[in-house]
Amino acid sequence: ASCIQHRLVVRDASSLQILQLYTCLDQIQYIEWSSDSLFILCAMYKRGVVQVWSLEQPDWHCKIDEGSAGLVASCWSPDGRHILNTTEFHLRITVWSLCTKSVSYIKYPKACQQGMAFTKDGRYMAVVERRDCKDFISIFVCNNWQLLRHFDTETQDLFGIEWAPNGCVLAAWDTCLEYKVLLYSLDGRLLSSYRAYKWPLGVKSIAWSPSSQFLAIGSFDEKVRILNHVTWKKITELDHPATISSKKTIVYKEVEKSPTVDTERLTFPPTRALASSLFSTQSKYQISQVPVSLQYIKPVADRANPKVGVGMLAFSADNCFLATKNDNIPNAVWIWDIRKLKLAVVLEQLCTIQGFQWDPCQPRLAVCTGISRVYLWSPAGCVVVQVPGEADFQITSISWHSSGNSMLLLSKENFCVCYLEREEV
Amino acid sequence: MGDWKAITVPVLSSDSKIILPYTSERKRSPTSMNSQVLRLSLPSPKNVHSFFGAFCTEENLEQSISYIDRELTTMGFPSIYAESKGKELNLVSIINCINELLVLQHKNLRAQEEVEIQHLKLGSDMDHLQNCYAKLKEQLELSKREIVGLQERDRQLQSKNRNLHQLLKNEKDEVQKLQNIISSRATQYNHDMKRKEREYNKLKERLHQLVMNKKDKKLAMEVLNYVGRADGKRGAWRTDKTEARNEEEMYKVLLSDYEQRQKQLLLENAELKKVLQQMKKDIISLLPPQKQKPKERSEDGLVLSDQEEDIGELNKENMWELSCETVREQLTNSIRKQWRMLKNHVEKLDNQVARGHSGAWNEKDVISREDHELETEKLELEIQQCKEMIKTQQQLLQQQLTCDDDTTLLLQDCYLLEERERLQEEWRLFREQKKNFEKERKSFTEAAIRLGLERKAFEEDRGAWLKHQFLSMTADCKLENVTTSAFLRSNLTDDVSLLGSDPDIRLVKCASRQRKPPSVLSPAISPEPCQISQYIAQN
Repeated sequence: ASCIQHRLVVRDASSLQILQLYTCLDQIQYIEWSSDSLFILCAMYKRGVVQVWSLEQPDWHCKIDEGSAGLVASCWSPDGRHILNTTEFHLRITVWSLCTKSVSYIKYPKACQQGMAFTKDGRYMAVVERRDCKDFISIFVCNNWQLLRHFDTETQDLFGIEWAPNGCVLAAWDTCLEYKVLLYSLDGRLLSSYRAYKWPLGVKSIAWSPSSQFLAIGSFDEKVRILNHVTWKKITELDHPATISSKKTIVYKEVEKSPTVDTERLTFPPTRALASSLFSTQSKYQISQVPVSLQYIKPVADRANPKVGVGMLAFSADNCFLATKNDNIPNAVWIWDIRKLKLAVVLEQLCTIQGFQWDPCQPRLAVCTGISRVYLWSPAGCVVVQVPGEADFQITSISWHSSGNSMLLLSKENFCVCYLEREEV
Repeated sequence: MGDWKAITVPVLSSDSKIILPYTSERKRSPTSMNSQVLRLSLPSPKNVHSFFGAFCTEENLEQSISYIDRELTTMGFPSIYAESKGKELNLVSIINCINELLVLQHKNLRAQEEVEIQHLKLGSDMDHLQNCYAKLKEQLELSKREIVGLQERDRQLQSKNRNLHQLLKNEKDEVQKLQNIISSRATQYNHDMKRKEREYNKLKERLHQLVMNKKDKKLAMEVLNYVGRADGKRGAWRTDKTEARNEEEMYKVLLSDYEQRQKQLLLENAELKKVLQQMKKDIISLLPPQKQKPKERSEDGLVLSDQEEDIGELNKENMWELSCETVREQLTNSIRKQWRMLKNHVEKLDNQVARGHSGAWNEKDVISREDHELETEKLELEIQQCKEMIKTQQQLLQQQLTCDDDTTLLLQDCYLLEERERLQEEWRLFREQKKNFEKERKSFTEAAIRLGLERKAFEEDRGAWLKHQFLSMTADCKLENVTTSAFLRSNLTDDVSLLGSDPDIRLVKCASRQRKPPSVLSPAISPEPCQISQYIAQN
């Protein structure tokens, strides 16, 4: 599904054929599929209206108006039948039920980066609240929206929460002024609290491993610390130095291939395809010899939210690899082997990394850097994929299909689907 | 005689020039004496005459003689005068005195030489010592200067060190101060933040109230129709029961997670225990039976028995099922013991090797590295030899195989020849026999022909006899019997002729033929020829 202005276009994932076309009242800011893929919600923040469309019955419609409360965020509940709207200024979260047309309110939600988290199985929801300058976490049962647990956290300013994939542990971390990671069990007990250092800027990003065995904490000091689920103590620290000297690390460097032009075949006026191929440079990967020194950027020190530290963390689906990005070295993706807790591969790109995503089925990483190329890495090797097309396609984000066969490449105005062929075994 | 006596002589003026140098020389330094002495020890022949002339002249002869006499007597020599108190000179004593004086002079000269030599030696020694002294003095100066320089440097470095320490302290203090500043600022910020947040909350509450109150834009939800729940169930009321159920479910989830984890940990534990046991066994097997010291042996024995006991105990208890503290401790302790023993053993081996290197052959059963190397070389040689042998054997075998082929062929040829010869012989025999058989056959056939002829004759005779008989008996029956008998006769004759041609084979046929015609004949006659034919056939 994709939205253009005030229209919602639903396409088939394998053929990109347009299946449905819906028109909404206003410009759509946010769309989300329901978990059972039967409904799509379109949120229009300016109007404060959420419209829900059904795929089964194109005639069915639903409109939720928040009135003067305004709308800041909207999302589905895991059962696909409730919509949670966050009103302006985070006054409250309204839970609208599509089954019973009833409304519930969650008061005092906190305006933080990840204030709401659902467990993977969709049973429980944790919400961060703040009353009287203190942080609280409330755990609700998604079935009937009953409050299960409500406890306070010893944080200065809780920044975000995330459930472990097994649904039993909730990780909460403090603002970046204070390095503190708290781990709560499902019933609200504090299991452990971790603090690496006191004063410098703290946690920047957090990721759970898919097996819930590890919690990776990326911080502003360019290090990733991994905690284990048995003792909740740090098992290792992964450093991101600017010079890589270990012999066991493979460094793939993207180099530009100079395009070869057949001078005899030049026609006048030059055809479009030829022109684009002339000016679009091909690139390929080359293995650099260790030791390699990467481009290190030291940002200006007096700005808030500096571009330092480990900003992106992602575990692979099979729990074997961890991909990180150090914002000081914005062109490189660091891939760590979790089984050995060592740096396995570094991908050095030509441009700044915008994002990366792991394939949900295999250990395959897709990286985009804001140009019209997609980079794929797997333990077998890595490849550069050029997005064919005439216009400049600047990929800003990637999203994998749940089967791992195709991925969605998004740029500001367009998107394209990349299909990956499966090798016949 | 190292001393020069000052000879004070009432001398003439001419002598004074020579004698003065004598007296004045004493005052000079010993070094200058040498040259003077040398000069004076060998008075130049020029001065001799003048010297001798100057002392005694014609005028003062008596005086000089008396003076000489006085001098000599004071020196201890006998007087040169004669015994009597006259002025006669005792020549002998004069000569003696002169001789004595010469001897004395010689002695003095020798002593003088010795002294001069010693003098020279001492002088050179002194020079040498002076040089050494000068050099040492220079060195001393240099070293003093160096010491001063080093001391200066040392002082500078120490002062630098002190400065750096001071700087470090300052830095530390600054850091501490900054941290304090940061913490104080942080608390201040927190406080400010809290204040602002409270204000913000108040604003939010106010806004909320306003929003709720206004109600101009209604909060509404328009749905075309209700949508069924995802799981198809109906919505439930919020009651205590549901709350309890929620709690229950939550605890169930937690418990299941914990159980899973515990199972995993148990499995891991069991595996690790197995590994430890395996390691223990390996370590025990690695430790060799030590023969060196009885003490150690006893220790080993004890330890071994302990190990066995341990193993026995542990096996009995099926330790991988138990997980109690004592069992775990036992296992870890026993492994630690074994590991220590192994370490000791390895250390001992290392020491032995080291000792072997250094050449101490204390232990008998220590195999030094060289010996070891020799043995390995020997073994390698043996291996090589064996390999070579194997190769050669293989080669020989191959050759043999190839040789066998040739010989077998030859043998086969021989066998073939033999057989052929045998066959040929047999053929010869066969042919011979064949010939013999042919001969016999021929003879038989001839005999058969003869026999046939004889039979024919006999039959003719018999026929004639029968004819006579018939004629005689049956005179009545004339023509018919004749014809029949003629017929019979012709038959008989045919048969007999036939008999001649074929001895054996056709006899039966004849017999068969004979049977047919007799059907025509009267029964009385027929049996007889049949009988005859039968008889012939039997023959």
